Amino acid sequence: MTKKITLKINGAEHTMEVEPRMLLVHAIRENASLTGTHIGCDTSSCGACTILIDGKSAKSCTVLAVQADGKEIATVEGLATAEGLHPIQEGFHLNHALHCGFCTPGMMMRAIELLEKNPNPTEDEIRWGIAGNLCRCTGYNNIVSAIQWTSAKMQGKELPSTEPKFV
Amino acid sequence: MIAENFNYEAPSTLEEAISLLHEYGDEAKILAGGHSLIPMMKLRFAAPTHLIDINNIPGLSYVKEEGGMLKIGAMTKEVEVEDSEIIKSKYHLFTDATKLIADPQVRNFGTLGGNLAHGDAANDHPAVMFALGASVEITGKDGKRTVPIDDFFHGFYTTSVQHGEVLTEIQIPAASGRFGSAYHKAERKVGDYATAGVAAMVQIDEDGKCTRAGIGLTNVNSIPMRAARSEEVLIGSDLSESVINQAALFASEDCNPSEDLRGNVEYKRHLVKIITKRMLNKAISRAK
Ligand SMILES: Cc1cc2nc3c(=O)[nH]c(=O)nc-3n(C[C@H](O)[C@H](O)[C@H](O)COP(=O)(O)OP(=O)(O)OC[C@H]3O[C@@H](n4cnc5c(N)ncnc54)[C@H](O)[C@@H]3O)c2cc1C
Ligand code: FES
Ligand code: FES
Repeated sequence: MTKKITLKINGAEHTMEVEPRMLLVHAIRENASLTGTHIGCDTSSCGACTILIDGKSAKSCTVLAVQADGKEIATVEGLATAEGLHPIQEGFHLNHALHCGFCTPGMMMRAIELLEKNPNPTEDEIRWGIAGNLCRCTGYNNIVSAIQWTSAKMQGKELPSTEPKFV
Repeated sequence: MIAENFNYEAPSTLEEAISLLHEYGDEAKILAGGHSLIPMMKLRFAAPTHLIDINNIPGLSYVKEEGGMLKIGAMTKEVEVEDSEIIKSKYHLFTDATKLIADPQVRNFGTLGGNLAHGDAANDHPAVMFALGASVEITGKDGKRTVPIDDFFHGFYTTSVQHGEVLTEIQIPAASGRFGSAYHKAERKVGDYATAGVAAMVQIDEDGKCTRAGIGLTNVNSIPMRAARSEEVLIGSDLSESVINQAALFASEDCNPSEDLRGNVEYKRHLVKIITKRMLNKAISRAK
């Protein structure tokens, strides 16, 4: 038996008829054709599928599409506006916080909730905060720098250097 | 991975949920945070034909102290426990445990009720509940009943929650006087299930004598367990180093771990001994 649901993704309403077993990540990628949200492990482990549901970061491979009926969903496609990149995108760009980019959409969506709850996190808080997102390329240091840079930017503070650090 | 097909309903009252659960019997499963159930359904270890989502039922999510009890609504999410001022100020073992449960995204979904009702010895909250001497309120067609945590876990994935029933509240004797608690688990990586975990609670009177103690163990027995002999040596003692060593030794002797990818039996018993000692010392230092 299918169900009719409406997902508000990045402000736009998507009404669709889905089987209750359809995962939210599939509804986003296949029904709404927004493929910026990735599927890495499909077992709730890697965080590549992280999106925001009503502002809370979620692994969309472990949520049913029907559970998100009527909810506000934010994906990476909604970050940049006509004015330019979102500060987290700018932070990742300037700090070389990605190599292959597979983890990046999920990593940024997670970082957005982290900074929303804790605008000025310590390095330790950032590392615990992204514990559910795996990156197989960067070694995380530049991701941490990017989140620190974005934290400064969003609070109008002096911006840290984006010169590559060799550690 | 796609689960087998099922019907989905999301009632907005507890009565409605209970009546649906009765109607469908063992074909139905409750969906709380979904972060144990959905992975199992994707792997087809579970294939309920009806999912009853209880997230739309108001009033099942809270952390409050009332009538000498700490009460936690079954649908309270890990993140809400983490952020609760009552928890942060008095019940430190929850803060220790939630930080080590999965990761922030999972904690945005996973509920305390689900963590217990799942009936998995690898989950962390069962040990916490043993240490705190919790009871669990279960609501069914004929009203509510309360089950002490010692009688709650029956076997692998089975608890005293029967078909047609919903776990609604966790009840814990409130912290009073010099009360301290701590939790730690050894894990292979952040967010992994425990190789071994220990929850400890002590209450101490003015003369430094231990009046209450609780020790719960994670993932070292087929069902979550209490280290009863350890508690016995602690209660009434002065919590000296030799008492703590004895309690830690008893916990390591009384648990019943099995060898798996996380380690062999000897290693796990060793972990239980070391972590019990450390958590008791931490709980005592917090019992100011
Ligand atoms: C990647 C990952 C890592 C994890 N790591 C850990 C960890 O380190 N430690 C840990 O403790 N847990 C861990 N978990 C499990 C997680 O904490 C789950 O959320 C939790 O075990 C179940 O809670 P839930 O609300 O998601 O329940 P659900 O998955 O919705 O339900 C679990 C079971 O309980 C039943 N149920 C749920 N609520 C009720 C209720 N109120 N009354 C009656 N029955 C009910 C359901 O029918 C189902 O059978 C992890 C999960 C993931 C995905
Ligand atoms: S794809 Fe969802 S956590 Fe990896
Ligand atoms: S940039 Fe390749 S996985 Fe993170």
